[in-house]
Amino acid sequence: MHWIDYASPHSVREAVDLLNEAGAGARPMAGGTDVLVQLRANALPGVELVVDIKNVPELNEITMDPELGLTLGAAVPCYKIYGNQAIKRAYPGLIDAASLIGGTQIQGRASLGGNLCNAAPSGDSIPVMIALSGVARIAGPNGEREVPLEDFCTGVRQTVLQQGEILVALHFPAPQANAGANYMRFIPRNEMDIAVAGVGSSVVLENGNIKSARVSLASVAPTPLYVKEIGDAIAGKPANEETLQIAGQIAKDAAKPITDMRGTIEYRRHLCDVLTRRSLQIAIDRAKES
Amino acid sequence: MPAKTYVQTIINGEHVDFLCEPRQSLLECLRDVIGLTGTKEGCNDGNCGACTVSMDGRIVTSCLVLGVEAEGKEITTIEGIANGSELHQVQQSFLENAALQCGICTPGFIVSSVALLEQIPHPSEHQIRFWLANNLCRCTGYDKIVRAVQDAATKM
Amino acid sequence: MTTTNYERNMVLSSVDYKVVGTRPIRPDGADKVTGRALYGADFDTSGLLHGHVLRSPHAHARIKSIDTSKAEALQGVLAVVTSKDLPHEADESDATKYSRDNMLASDKVLYKGHAIAAVAASNPHVAEEAVGLIEIEYEILPSVMTAPNGMKADAPILLENLRTEELGEKTDKVSNVAQHFQHVKGDIDVGFADADVVVEREYNTATVHQGYIEPHAATALWNNDGRLHIWCSTQGSFAARDALAGILAIPVSQIRVTPLEIGGGFGGKIPVYVEPIAALLSKKSGHAVKVVMSRADVFESTGPTSGSNIRIKVGAKNDGKITALQGYLAFEAGGYPGSPVGAGAICIFAAYDVDNVLIDGYDVVVNKPKSAPYRAPGAPNAAFACEQAIDELAGKLGMDPIDLRLKNAAVEGTRRPDGPAFPRIGCIEVLEAMKSHPHYSAPLGPNQGRGVAIGYWFNIGFQSSVNINVNSDGTISLIEGSTDIGGTRASISMQAAEVLGIPMEDVRPSIVDTDSIGFTGVTGGSRTTYATGWVAYEAAQDVARQMVERAAAIWDVEADGIELKDGVFQSKTDPELKMTFKELAGQIEGGGTVVGRASMNTGGLGAGGGSFAGNIVDVEVDPDTGKTLVTRMTAIQDAGKAIHPSYVEGQMQGGSVQGIGWALNEEYYMREDGSMANTSLLDYRMPTSLDIPMIDTVIVEVASSDHPYGVRGVGEANIVPPTPAIANAVHNATGNRMANLPINSIAIMEAKWKKQGS
Repeated sequence: MHWIDYASPHSVREAVDLLNEAGAGARPMAGGTDVLVQLRANALPGVELVVDIKNVPELNEITMDPELGLTLGAAVPCYKIYGNQAIKRAYPGLIDAASLIGGTQIQGRASLGGNLCNAAPSGDSIPVMIALSGVARIAGPNGEREVPLEDFCTGVRQTVLQQGEILVALHFPAPQANAGANYMRFIPRNEMDIAVAGVGSSVVLENGNIKSARVSLASVAPTPLYVKEIGDAIAGKPANEETLQIAGQIAKDAAKPITDMRGTIEYRRHLCDVLTRRSLQIAIDRAKES
Repeated sequence: MPAKTYVQTIINGEHVDFLCEPRQSLLECLRDVIGLTGTKEGCNDGNCGACTVSMDGRIVTSCLVLGVEAEGKEITTIEGIANGSELHQVQQSFLENAALQCGICTPGFIVSSVALLEQIPHPSEHQIRFWLANNLCRCTGYDKIVRAVQDAATKM
Repeated sequence: MTTTNYERNMVLSSVDYKVVGTRPIRPDGADKVTGRALYGADFDTSGLLHGHVLRSPHAHARIKSIDTSKAEALQGVLAVVTSKDLPHEADESDATKYSRDNMLASDKVLYKGHAIAAVAASNPHVAEEAVGLIEIEYEILPSVMTAPNGMKADAPILLENLRTEELGEKTDKVSNVAQHFQHVKGDIDVGFADADVVVEREYNTATVHQGYIEPHAATALWNNDGRLHIWCSTQGSFAARDALAGILAIPVSQIRVTPLEIGGGFGGKIPVYVEPIAALLSKKSGHAVKVVMSRADVFESTGPTSGSNIRIKVGAKNDGKITALQGYLAFEAGGYPGSPVGAGAICIFAAYDVDNVLIDGYDVVVNKPKSAPYRAPGAPNAAFACEQAIDELAGKLGMDPIDLRLKNAAVEGTRRPDGPAFPRIGCIEVLEAMKSHPHYSAPLGPNQGRGVAIGYWFNIGFQSSVNINVNSDGTISLIEGSTDIGGTRASISMQAAEVLGIPMEDVRPSIVDTDSIGFTGVTGGSRTTYATGWVAYEAAQDVARQMVERAAAIWDVEADGIELKDGVFQSKTDPELKMTFKELAGQIEGGGTVVGRASMNTGGLGAGGGSFAGNIVDVEVDPDTGKTLVTRMTAIQDAGKAIHPSYVEGQMQGGSVQGIGWALNEEYYMREDGSMANTSLLDYRMPTSLDIPMIDTVIVEVASSDHPYGVRGVGEANIVPPTPAIANAVHNATGNRMANLPINSIAIMEAKWKKQGS
């Protein structure tokens, strides 16, 4: 690796100042499971300063409020998420994602915030966070702002973050009654792989019908894809096989995958159909149990 | 010449301090700076688990931790698993069950397995395999490794 | 031989010994579970420098110029080397030129990853930075990536000097085909004319890598006295020494190779890669230099095994008697000749006693790294094809697939198409153990299928040397030269212990360098327990003879009146005169240490008769995604005699799981420009613990006719049947014949869609 400098700020202000001053020459790092791999592969040209944000208190916060919902600091590692009983009960969809990224050791370091900021098309945490109507709280030299997660990623490895800005936390609204969510992906092995295709879904049920739904796809576009059309199409419909097939078909049509070493266009589009149906079914089952 | 960073940490229960460049991983620091070569490099990108250590109670791939991030942390490596001259039950079970052939993955597996049994004292076969999925072995086919962990669980 | 009393791991043993056949803890165990054992990259010495290698970014190119000046000028860099630093005699043979060029390219690069230059610096990151400062001008050439494409008339030519050897004769033909050979038995035209049913199909296998977890690592010190010392992870310190002598043009006596522990090899650590580079850097810098490969280097720059194109035609009578077998094998050799197509041709039909056989084999150079042995090299490719054709034949005949194999099984005396007749072998015994195993008749669930296959590897013998020193406390120090990849310190020690009637724990094995023991062949070819174990047996016999002499002197009787029985030296006539080995050892010191020695050539190719191995495997295929889970797998193998059954089981389970990876996921995914896209363990997908079930084992023991304990090498044959067994299981589950490896989920769905016509 080329020479890098390392800084470990202890406040949001300090982190913002460091990043703002260094501009493109700096990169924030949480778990490091993406950043260090990229640095070694010369995929982050010009980055000479790594800003370790794990010692900033706000980025390690986990707060559950019955009305405000969940505030999850950007640097909270996966193992703290699936080890948290309150999150497990209220947001099983987040647990799906946190338990799937990499393996046990990776989950000891990697964070959902980092997964989001890495902005890979295949990011395992992003679809379900979108499905849960997550919002990103960003701090920068000009103050704080919020961005809905479906708008956060703008291209392959590109986000809305401007110079000096840092993701502080993720907010998820308090779960409604009769609501369920799920993340599911297809990988060739049973763990450790990057998703060939992934689906995050959430539903709210009412009298056996789908009151509302949100579905988002991974690995089939330059960014995680929020397919609003699915929610629009199945709202008000009964939670049955026929409705799921409608959802699956829209997902298949919305997907814009490429062929690469992990999958072909045809196969990925096919998976979007299959996984959307399966993911929604689990979300529905969880909604019934909640 | 740019300056190295001074790091203080606790490794296998002992205070250890060292100098390193920020670009050096914890794995490099353990092996090349401190001289603890029991932790191995297999891929340098978090995919094989041969570099597994325990840091503040969680197993991590030390190739994806910077040496400077070890400041103030408590780290356990394979060299710290045995209790003096007495092998840990997991180590003993690995030997009795022939759970190693070339042995290069064994330090990582032992550190991971010890952590597993601390979290889940009586894991099912599925739980063992899921927990250990970040540790690759090319020699054994995993069968005897799983047996060794099951064996250790019954004896701890 | 029935297996009605089912256990997860069974040894069908007919001969019991005291030590052989037991499961003691391996002698190097404490070091390996505590992190103390030193592997290639762990070595350190004073003033050590670190080497980094510049590797070609292009699959095929002419090197127009190399400018290393900026690298040399970088602070901290002590040496830079290129092909110019290697010897190049005027009368250098093609083979020698190829071996040198593969270490550091001279005029051309033949694959992405081909080493061109190297830098030594005190800081490995500085060495890496310096490599980035080396400027090279390339003339990029078109590349060719598969054997069929390499054989086309208009294919770009890799090696201008290469002339096809056609059926044993050197021709003038310039092509990428290094060799075409043929094996003929009987007359296949007659055989096929006689057949009632014929199956004919073409198969393709992708390039796969051995996947050892430890990358290559070596340290070299080219000392001021001209002697070169190498410390490395290697499967053969003598093989490494010989390779270095040839590449560097220095006598073997000037080279000492000290083998360190080795983190997996599977054949891939028989060739040298970093050793000559470290040696050159050491010579130039005057320091010891360590060179360690990255994981990407391992994939791009070391030999994977061949991708291949194979065609099979098999004909049989309605009663199942096979009347003709034809095989066509075209293997990728990589940048230089030498694929394992020859070995593949030996093994492809080995399990079958058929009168009419024709095999054509082609060794084809392509722009991929030079192939290296991978566990039964060539045989898994061949079996993937043959065993599926046999399975398809069984289906057409309406015959049980094991019965079809039993009906045509090779036996002692069967003459293989490549020439030799089998000595005693265990083909039928393995098939029968498969058939009677409860797995074979267990019920299957929805979307599940079952497949079987049998495979063969001929094994090798060759030379090993062992010295044994008797210690006064009754222990022995056993000095050997076989690096221990899978527990052979134990299996070799156990054979010596058995002779002397002492426990294995009283044997202190040491694996020593090339100055300290006689010539010893590689740890590979399934030869180590067989050959080095046999030589240890002979060395122990030498010890026993000398101990008998000592007892005779102590008791003042004739030596031929004393025998060693069950670890006790006793007079044949006077029952009062007896001593254990330990007691006698304590009394001999006055007469000098007893040192036993043996050095033997234990036979060539096929020593011991080879080993047959079979698999029964169940898969579950998700009909909507094509995801395939291996739900149950049983491995059966003829070990002759399992010296340490746990390590034999380990070989069987390890080979089975490599086979699962090979079957379902592993491949070199090549881009248009000839580069490998998946050079990490993330996307070169080897099985994790979560992908694999328990692997049940049955060790069959049909004693080999030569080894004193009947041992057959077991390391390799077990990787031969898994890929076809899994393909047959997928066919059983889905109805589709998967003729290309890997059988991944995409291939399964595409086969399904093709059948549906969508």
